[in-house]
Amino acid sequence: MVEKKEHELIVSVSPHIKGEESVSRIMWSVNLALLPAFLMSLYYFGPRALLVTLLCIGAAVASEYIIQKSLKKDVTVSDGSAFLTGLLLGMNLPPGVPFYIPIVGSVVAIVITKQLFGGLGYNIFNPALIGRAFLLISWPKAMTIWSESTAAFVGLDAKTTATPLGILKEEGLGKLIEMFGDKINLYTQLFVGNRAGSLGETSVIALLLGAAYLLYRGYITWHIPLSFLATVGVLAWIFGGKSGLFTGDPLIHLLSGGLMLGAFFMATDYVTCPTVRKGQIIFGIGCGAITILIRLKGGFPEGVMFAILLMNCFAPMIDRSVKTKQFGAIKETKK
Amino acid sequence: MLKLATFERGIHPEEVKELTEASPIVKAALPKRVVIPLSQHTGAPAKPEVVIGDLVKRNQLIGSGQGFVSASVHASISGKVIAIGSFPHPSGRMIQSIVIEGDGKDEEMSLKETPDYLNLSADEIKALIKDAGIVGLGGAAFPTNVKLSPPKEKPIDTVILNGAECEPYLTADHRLMLEQPEGIVAGLKIIMKTLGVTKGYIGIENNKPDAIEAMKKAVSSEESAYSLLPTPYSIEVYPLKVKYPQGAEKMLINAIKDREVPSRGLPMDVGVVVQNVGTAFAVYEAVRYGKPLIERIVTVTGRGIKEPKNMMVRIGTLMSELIEQCGGFTDGAVKVIAGGPMMGFAQWSLDIPVLKGTSGILVLTEKDYVSSEEYLPCIRCGNCIDICPMGLNPSMLSILSEKGRYEEAKEYNLFDCFECGSCAYVCPSNRPIVQFMRLAKSMVKP
Repeated sequence: MVEKKEHELIVSVSPHIKGEESVSRIMWSVNLALLPAFLMSLYYFGPRALLVTLLCIGAAVASEYIIQKSLKKDVTVSDGSAFLTGLLLGMNLPPGVPFYIPIVGSVVAIVITKQLFGGLGYNIFNPALIGRAFLLISWPKAMTIWSESTAAFVGLDAKTTATPLGILKEEGLGKLIEMFGDKINLYTQLFVGNRAGSLGETSVIALLLGAAYLLYRGYITWHIPLSFLATVGVLAWIFGGKSGLFTGDPLIHLLSGGLMLGAFFMATDYVTCPTVRKGQIIFGIGCGAITILIRLKGGFPEGVMFAILLMNCFAPMIDRSVKTKQFGAIKETKK
Repeated sequence: MLKLATFERGIHPEEVKELTEASPIVKAALPKRVVIPLSQHTGAPAKPEVVIGDLVKRNQLIGSGQGFVSASVHASISGKVIAIGSFPHPSGRMIQSIVIEGDGKDEEMSLKETPDYLNLSADEIKALIKDAGIVGLGGAAFPTNVKLSPPKEKPIDTVILNGAECEPYLTADHRLMLEQPEGIVAGLKIIMKTLGVTKGYIGIENNKPDAIEAMKKAVSSEESAYSLLPTPYSIEVYPLKVKYPQGAEKMLINAIKDREVPSRGLPMDVGVVVQNVGTAFAVYEAVRYGKPLIERIVTVTGRGIKEPKNMMVRIGTLMSELIEQCGGFTDGAVKVIAGGPMMGFAQWSLDIPVLKGTSGILVLTEKDYVSSEEYLPCIRCGNCIDICPMGLNPSMLSILSEKGRYEEAKEYNLFDCFECGSCAYVCPSNRPIVQFMRLAKSMVKP
């Protein structure tokens, strides 16, 4: 006889097989995709970049562990999402911030933005960006002291400078080109990341490398990054010039600030962006438009962070108004 | 190479057909007893035509279909009716069934053959199919004679035979196409004649090139060139891309005819009737030889089975007997499924019979098994939206159902979902999305 007692059989609902995808696999893949940009931050900003990033990650993971323990929830720190929030926050900080800044930022990101809203899947805003916004508003000075990228040890006495976007805003494109020698060199330096800025945002090539990996794995799609970047490019070209419409330099805007980091790694955050692809295009366009609005007309030189956060508010609404393409949709016929 | 026909979206799970695809169909041992449910089909249950103590022969009618959508059931072995009552059914429920204790003789009731079946009228063919208790063998088990009687306002111009067999592991249709291609083509022609249709297709996923060849050969061979159909008729063997759920009626029609069955509609709304290849063969045997549907091919497979096989099984045979004939379980077998891994039903007992619609018995091991007891909140990655063959938003639907907002779920076309399970397959949060769909469907009126 077949010896299998009834209580030994598992009964559950179909399907009985599952694909290999899991939340932690996705999260760790995104962490991996950020590795090139992280390495470039070490190269340009030295051990201090390592220290700031590790503080962010450590504080994020620790605060997730503590808040989940104290709320008597399952501890999910191994899924890589708190690690990712910490890593992204670190990459969004200036190199020379005092050491309490990464810790406060991570606590705000994880405890308030993520866990108090219900944890992964329920947060409305991108945790790392809320963390950064909180820091920028609370410590505006510390958060806007930029070190020169030196590929050398950066201590507390590191030479400070302005970011390319800051110079563009205050002194114009001419000054920026003058600083970098010529236009080609300016573009090249921006592309490789040899400029002042937040730790992980400067190297476009490294970020694109990571983004290509995520696109290849299917963890992100082109919809948000492309619509975001295209909108920034087009609007910068139309409105970004000093000598009238259609005289702006879209490349400067595309290659500088936190745009690449934001468009590929932060606006694409599953939880806080729309799920329907068509809606993601709307989301990306919105992000791009607000970014340019702030960069050209706002009080800050950079607008990516606020643009994404503002569009996060709209994500649920976009998801409700954009429908998927129903198979066999019955078209309204005139009678 | 031409781009293969298919539908939009879908998934590609590991096929695991190599366990049985090269194994010829073997006859299962004569069962010692059979449990024949009166409801193995979509529609009203059959009414018992025997009482306890009756002696029955193979092929004998023991339950007759009542009402328009129903199907008769027949004795699959000779012996004595020892019980009529509620017995476990693969669906998980208890269903009125007739139990026959075999006498080991396998005596048969003689059948009425129709050698000149080519001259039968459509109504005569439908009557023969009805008498034989034939239902769709692909899984849903819809009575075949009903499917062949579309209302006048739904003209049919195309018949598609479904040989996609897109469920992983299963190879019953594959083997049938290799071993009985002429019979399948003959069945298709009978179906086409009944519907007055001149265009027939046989859709087969491209992972079965030998079946495609065999069916092509059968279609063009002299032997099966019956003068049954009005000329000019055409039958085309149609290779399809390997993608789940390619064998779903709506997806199959979409791939071959580029027509979309309207939401909540039926294939006949776009002029198509789809039949499984196994059903076509059963139709042929019923019309030509008068044979009722008392046996079918079952793939007994999975890494939890010692010797996976394709078996010709008498309807009502208990799964335990078949598993024993396949060498029993391997270490680590934990789950027994009636049907395929994507849409089959997990069984709580092995004393459950094979039905007309049971295409496989799949035994999964601890390694294959994925629990959906623990799942995470939806992280809204959108994977399920990207693959849903019906173009639904399973993410939103599962969240609405989880929150008890069933009426809202209806606005997201809840009832378009045919529970193929692709969404749950790709979900990184391991959410039991199919279960959420079923829950919501049960809570609101369609």
